[in-house]
Amino acid sequence: MQIGLLYSRIRKDEKLLLAELRERGHEVVKIDVRDLQLALDEAPEILSGLDLVVDRCLATSRSLYATKFCEAYGVPVVNSAETAQTCADKVQNSLALAQSGVPTPATDVAFTKESAMESIESFGYPCVLKPVVGSWGRLMAKIDSRSAAEAILEHKATLGHYEHKVFYVQEFVDKPGRDIRVLAADGEPLSAMVRSSDHWLTNAAKGAETDAFELDAEAEKLVEQASDAVGGGLLGIDLMEVGGESESDYTVHEVNHTVEFKALNETTETDVPAEVVDWLEAKADEADEETKHEVVA
Amino acid sequence: MTECVQCGADVTLHDDAEVGEIVDCTTCGAELEVVERTPPVLDRAPELEEDWGE
Ligand SMILES: [Zn+2]
Repeated sequence: MQIGLLYSRIRKDEKLLLAELRERGHEVVKIDVRDLQLALDEAPEILSGLDLVVDRCLATSRSLYATKFCEAYGVPVVNSAETAQTCADKVQNSLALAQSGVPTPATDVAFTKESAMESIESFGYPCVLKPVVGSWGRLMAKIDSRSAAEAILEHKATLGHYEHKVFYVQEFVDKPGRDIRVLAADGEPLSAMVRSSDHWLTNAAKGAETDAFELDAEAEKLVEQASDAVGGGLLGIDLMEVGGESESDYTVHEVNHTVEFKALNETTETDVPAEVVDWLEAKADEADEETKHEVVA
Repeated sequence: MTECVQCGADVTLHDDAEVGEIVDCTTCGAELEVVERTPPVLDRAPELEEDWGE
């Protein structure tokens, strides 16, 4: 297969993928998005003849447009532009989950400091304020009091980029000091781990401790639903145990579309890059079948 | 072996270094991007931007 890898930085995750793809004899075309010039009518040379493009762009804006163009050129790409669009924005992400009946934390969106303050007061303390874009737990605030709320809203309104003037207020979920990260391919879990920390943010990027996790039937069902809700693809789905560690009662707080998996690979027994490449091979075959049908039709 | 573009110290790349990978200069701590592999060429790594998201 000829696989294109869209990237702007090669992280450990991309290295793992590249190694697995090459080991299986696939031809990999590395595509640095910084070099791309995307015309409306014709695909750039580097995108031609590829069986599948894998979007591994870090920058959300690049990921959104590059995948859009791939689709416009008829080049099969994972994840899809639709999935990227939904996952890149916390508001759209939450709406998609809620509309599909996936349990997700109660969330308000407000556009002024005053209306955001009303949301915060109605949720009570603590509650959580998140930016609608961004990652790795950056700029997330757990708000413990009215005075803290006033200070944070003021800072965001004054110093923030316009995207920080959309206030995303969320109930604080009292999880048992950990949350669950599931790597799933079109809804099928490939690997899962728990991230534990004394800190309220349990991101692996924030130094949380990780441990392998066995999903129960309820969690598996939610992973599939959450994946469908955002349009499928290779996703990182974050769950929290609202009923405590022993009850199978979950809430899905986020679905990530350019998922990092090096922590999963180190934590679990699963050969994550191998599983991912199995899925990529299947996707490329699928795309190939579709093209054949179109030709016949 | 090549030079750090910030401090000039020698930087040795791993055998499996990839174009687009970020390496740290052990002398000055600068983040460097591998621009070419053979012969190795390094440049200052681009800054992390706000919408870099997972
Ligand atoms: Zn240096």
